[in-house]
Amino acid sequence: MNKNLILYTAILIFGLSAPFILPAFKVQLSILCVLIVLALTWNIQGGEMGYNTFGNILFYGLGMYLCASVQVGMFFPLAEWTESGGEKTFVHTPAQFFQGMAVGLVVAAVIPTIVAGLIGYSILGLRGHYFAICTLGLGVAAGEISGGIEIIGAGQGFTTPPFPDVGGLEARGEFFYLLSFGALVLTFITVRAIYSTRFKLILNAIRDNEDKAEAMGIQTMKYKIIGWMISAFFCGLAGGIMGGLVGYIDSTDVAFDGREMGVFMVLMAILGGKGTLWGPVIGATVFHIFKEGFWTFFLGWQYVALGILIVVIVIYFPEGIMGWLREKYPEKFGEVVDEADRKAQIELK
Amino acid sequence: MDFMVFQYPMISVQACLDGILLGILFALIAYGMALQWGVMNIINIAQGDLVILGGYIAYFMYLFGIHPAWGVIVAPIIMYFVGVGLYKLVINKVVDRDLFISILATFGISILFMQLMNFAFGADVVLANSGYGTTFLFDSAVVLPNSKIFSAFVSILFAICLVIYMKKSKLGRAIRATAQNARAAKILGVDTEKVYAATFGINAALCGVAGALISITFTIHPYMGLPYTIRSFMIVIVAGLGNLPGVALSGMGLGVFEEFADYILGTEFRIGAVFLLLVLILVYRRFKLSRKREYLK
Repeated sequence: MNKNLILYTAILIFGLSAPFILPAFKVQLSILCVLIVLALTWNIQGGEMGYNTFGNILFYGLGMYLCASVQVGMFFPLAEWTESGGEKTFVHTPAQFFQGMAVGLVVAAVIPTIVAGLIGYSILGLRGHYFAICTLGLGVAAGEISGGIEIIGAGQGFTTPPFPDVGGLEARGEFFYLLSFGALVLTFITVRAIYSTRFKLILNAIRDNEDKAEAMGIQTMKYKIIGWMISAFFCGLAGGIMGGLVGYIDSTDVAFDGREMGVFMVLMAILGGKGTLWGPVIGATVFHIFKEGFWTFFLGWQYVALGILIVVIVIYFPEGIMGWLREKYPEKFGEVVDEADRKAQIELK
Repeated sequence: MDFMVFQYPMISVQACLDGILLGILFALIAYGMALQWGVMNIINIAQGDLVILGGYIAYFMYLFGIHPAWGVIVAPIIMYFVGVGLYKLVINKVVDRDLFISILATFGISILFMQLMNFAFGADVVLANSGYGTTFLFDSAVVLPNSKIFSAFVSILFAICLVIYMKKSKLGRAIRATAQNARAAKILGVDTEKVYAATFGINAALCGVAGALISITFTIHPYMGLPYTIRSFMIVIVAGLGNLPGVALSGMGLGVFEEFADYILGTEFRIGAVFLLLVLILVYRRFKLSRKREYLK
C-alpha cells in the first residue's frame, strides 16, 4: 500500500510537471492522456465485461460535437458560426471561452452517458460478434449521419472556438494538457475504484459465462448497462477535450473516426493486456510512441503500417504486455506457483 | 426530405427495378460471406475491400483498352490467388480462434488494402465505361442502363455455376463436409487446410466478379469497401447461413430499401441508412430471440 502511494505520487508529480519539463511535447502528451482515457474505458467493456465494442467512438464523437456546439451556442448563433467556416466573425472573450468549455465538457460527458443508457438495453442484449458488428455499424452510421446535418457543419467540418488571447500558444498547450491530464486522473481513480468492488467481479462473471451469472441471480443487463454508461461518460469527456485540442471537427475523419481512433482504443487495450488495470495505460503509451514514430518516419505509409500492426498484435500478441509479464513472472502478480505442477504442464505440452 | 416517390409512381418502379438489380449484386457478395462464415467460422471485414480490388482489375483492363466486361473472367482468377495468398499469410492463424480475433485481424487487412489501393490507383472515384447504352421502359419513364441488367445476369450465372459446383464436384462436397463438422471431415480424409484455402479463394473470386461488375455499373473508390462488408453481413444474418434463396431475396430487399432511402432521405444519408438498418435488424433479432428464451451459440 505504501509502495503504491509513492508510485502514484511520483506519477502525479511527473504528470503535473511534464509540460514544463518537455515543453515541445505538450500536444503529444495531451493526446497521450486522451488515448489512455479511451483505452481505460474500452477495457471496462472489452476487457472486464467481454463485450468487444467498436462503438465507443460513438460517444467520443458525440462528446466532441456536443462540447463544441455548446461552447459556441451559448454565446453565438450556431448555424451562422458553422456557415462562416473558419473565419473569425465571432470571437470568444476569455471568460466566454472558459465558461463555454466548462459547460460544454459537462454536457459532453452527461449526454453520451444518457444515450448509452437509452440504447444499452437493446444493444447489449446482443452477444459476441453480433455485438461487435452492431457497434461498428453504430459508429459508422453516426459518422455518416452527422456528415449530413447542416447545423454542425455537415461535410465541410466544424471549427471549434480558437483559444482566447491569453498567453498565446504556450498557455493553450498547458491548458489543454492540464485538462486532459485531469480527465486521465479522474478516469484512473474511477476505474481503480471500480476494480476493487464487487461490480468488477460481476463484470468478470459476465465475461466468463453470462448465462451462469444470470442463473446465479445477477441482473446481468443492469450491470452491463451501468458498465457501458461509465465508458460513455469518460469517452464523451475525452472527445470534448480532443475537439478543443484539435480545433477542427470533421464527421468521419476526426469525430467518428472508426478507422483510426475507434480501432486505436481496441488495439491499445489489447497491446497492453485486456482485463488489467495497468495494461491499457502501458499499451496506450507504447502505442502512441510507436505510432508517432511511424507517422513521422513513414509519412504516407502510416495506414499500411497500422494495418500490419493490427494483424501482428492480434494474431501473435493477443495477451498483451501485461499478459506476457504475467506468464513470465507469475509470482509478481500474486499467483502461487507450484513448480511440480508447472513442470508437468510443460511436459504435457 | 423529398416525397417525390409517392407523387410519381413511376419513380417507385424505377427505384424497385434499380434496387433489385443492385440487390442481386449484393447477394453475390453475401454468398461469399456466408460461405466463409459457414465453413471457416470467420467474419471477414475485408470482404468489401476484396470487392473494390476486383473492381480495380476491371478498371485497369478498361484503361488498357480491353472491354471491362472481360474483367468478369479475369478478376475472379486473379482474386482467387489473392484470396489463397491471404489465407496462407493471415487467415489460417485466425480460423480456430475467437470470432472477435478474426474481425479485428481482417479489420487490419481492410485498412492495409484500402491504403495500398489508394497508393496504387489514386483516391479518385473511377468507373469503367462499358458503352452498353440504356433501355427505356414505359414510355421512357423508367431508365435502366444495360450494364445493370448485364451485371445482374452475370451475377445470377455465377451464383448458379457455384451452386452446381458445390453440389456436384469433389471439392464442393469436401467444403460442405467441412462446414458440417471439420473434425469429422478431417478423420474421413479431407485435407481441411486445403479446403479452407479453397473456400477463401472462392470467396475472393466471387468478390472479384462482383467488383468487376460494380466498376462497370457504378463507381469504385479505395475507401468504399466497408459498406459492402456491412451489406453482405446484413444479408447473411437476415437470411441465415446456408439459405441461398433467402440470401438472394434479402439481397434484393436491401437493394430496394437503399434506392428508396436514396430518394426519400437524400443521397448523403444513403450509407448512414444502410448502417442504421444493420443496427435495427440486429436489435430486432435480439428481441425476437429473447422472447423465445433461446440463444444462438
